[in-house]
Amino acid sequence: MVENRPWLTAFSHLVVILGVLIIAFPVWMTFVASTHDASTMLRSPVPLLPGPYLIQNYKEILFQGYARTSGIPLTIALMNSMIMALGICIGKILISITAAFAIVYFRFPFRMAAFWAIFVTLMLPVEVRIVPTYGVVAGLGMINSYSGLIIPLIASATATFLFRQFFLSVPDELAEASRVDGAGPMRFFVDILLPMSRTTIAALFVIQFIYGWNQYLWPLLVTNHESFYTAVMVVARQATAVDATPSWNLIMAAAMLAMLPPVLVVVFMQRQFVRGLVETEK
Amino acid sequence: MATVSMRGVRKSYGGALEVIQGIDMEIADGEFIVIVGPSGCGKSTLLRMVAGLEKITGGEIAIDSRVVNNLEPKDRDIAMVFQNYALYPHMSVYENMSYGLRIRGMSKTEIDERVKRAAGILEIGQYLDRKPRQLSGGQRQRVAMGRAIVREPKAFLFDEPLSNLDAKLRVQMRVEIKKLQRQLGVTSIYVTHDQVEAMTMADRLIVMNKGVAEQIGTPIEVYAAPSTLFVAGFIGSPAMNFLETRVSSDGRLAIDGAALSPKTGLDPGRAVTVGIRPEHLATGGGLDVQVELVELLGADTLVHGRLSDGKSLVVRLPGNQVPTAGDRLPVQAYDGAWHLFDTETGKRLGTA
Repeated sequence: MVENRPWLTAFSHLVVILGVLIIAFPVWMTFVASTHDASTMLRSPVPLLPGPYLIQNYKEILFQGYARTSGIPLTIALMNSMIMALGICIGKILISITAAFAIVYFRFPFRMAAFWAIFVTLMLPVEVRIVPTYGVVAGLGMINSYSGLIIPLIASATATFLFRQFFLSVPDELAEASRVDGAGPMRFFVDILLPMSRTTIAALFVIQFIYGWNQYLWPLLVTNHESFYTAVMVVARQATAVDATPSWNLIMAAAMLAMLPPVLVVVFMQRQFVRGLVETEK
Repeated sequence: MATVSMRGVRKSYGGALEVIQGIDMEIADGEFIVIVGPSGCGKSTLLRMVAGLEKITGGEIAIDSRVVNNLEPKDRDIAMVFQNYALYPHMSVYENMSYGLRIRGMSKTEIDERVKRAAGILEIGQYLDRKPRQLSGGQRQRVAMGRAIVREPKAFLFDEPLSNLDAKLRVQMRVEIKKLQRQLGVTSIYVTHDQVEAMTMADRLIVMNKGVAEQIGTPIEVYAAPSTLFVAGFIGSPAMNFLETRVSSDGRLAIDGAALSPKTGLDPGRAVTVGIRPEHLATGGGLDVQVELVELLGADTLVHGRLSDGKSLVVRLPGNQVPTAGDRLPVQAYDGAWHLFDTETGKRLGTA
């Protein structure tokens, strides 16, 4: 702003700080809770400052697990989540970028029909088709497997659409120049289109990783063996354990750990993420 | 280096609309051919058919007497320079220039040698590590040329390569491209809508209109003896004046009533259109022009006026002659400067 109005500046800052506090407070409480022992967390008032049990709590949840329910160490659940999230995210990008490539650069019969068929699936939320999907996955014997966790979620109309729009904005002359240079379609795809779409890929990676990591309903359906539970599932199960006083310190430690990977992805890929959504580099 | 032959080349989209209606042309080895015409005349389509980017509907195109109708662009051994340069944005200048060679599996040392040599010719040696977006328009243009040169192709194809540059750079690059082509001696086909580029660069011109080659010839032939009304009006700036009239009973033309009556060998009563270039008119005698507007260009003065029968006429005078609007200006034409065209068919009939 050109004007210098100290009161307005102070007021704007106040609003921003208040907003941050409102958003950050639950996270802070989660962290604080994960650093006390179980009995402190059941007494009131609830502490607002970190306690001395940080390392102990995290050690227990990571390597022994939450004994009252599943009892599997959280490391396994985190590993499962990581495999699922990366699988979904990389799979989505691979499939949608090749689908978009086919739709934009090749003239085949029913090309537009194929595009609209993909596009229409955007209108269907996962929950609508979850029962038939479960039937298919169960019939293929993919219950309790990584493929069962990943493959049904791998198709993405949104990503296909995003890549299609990006490819349409790439000048035709680039494809023609590469043809004259002697590059075949796949060569063009790998040498020119992929490097040009790297910011779009980065943006999608962030979005889809978080999407994959936060999956709850599908893993809940498709796994019934503890060794395939994901971190998000484990957190939820702990809180709803019956016939026991919940150990909030461990539950919150698990929640903190389950939150961490998406945060790290956002923090480290923030720049590419924003560029992918905003900038079109041509 | 090669010859290029087009024999009855046609192009249509889905049958009905024929955008190229049969072009016949033999291009000699090392010749610089310019295809010129208004937008939508099919000139770019024709070039893209030679390149292999558009399918050929009818006829055949041969490069070095090998028919290439069904060959992929890469197998035609041609290089193309695009209007927007089409440089790969994520590759450095060096990588851009060497990409085609790398695909062909050429050895690293030979690629390096060729790129360095081309960069030397084009004076872009110090930019080899830069990305296209770090270059100015003129430099990008050179890189696009470089990408074509390193391939050492049989023919260069240029698709309006200068139209994205500013006027001054355009003149400079025009001269450079022409020099370069002379130096390398590579057969070139150059598409443009700019008649100055066409006139100055071409060994031979193809003037196209609505998918037809109206005239093929050297720039001077096309200027001095345009074969149709379209060519006469398209080549030359300011454009040729046209006056519709009839051949009188004694075989003469009555221009502006009978103020001027050049002699023709044509049948009396025939409808003809007479063309006269503004630069072939001079003051004195004959026609009486009512001056309406005067444009001062410094070196020349363009006089827009009307004849006594109401037809408009543009006269180009030396810069030191400045009539004022409203004046009456006596005008005469040089001998043999009148171009005669058949009004109905638009075909050239001769001069008078």
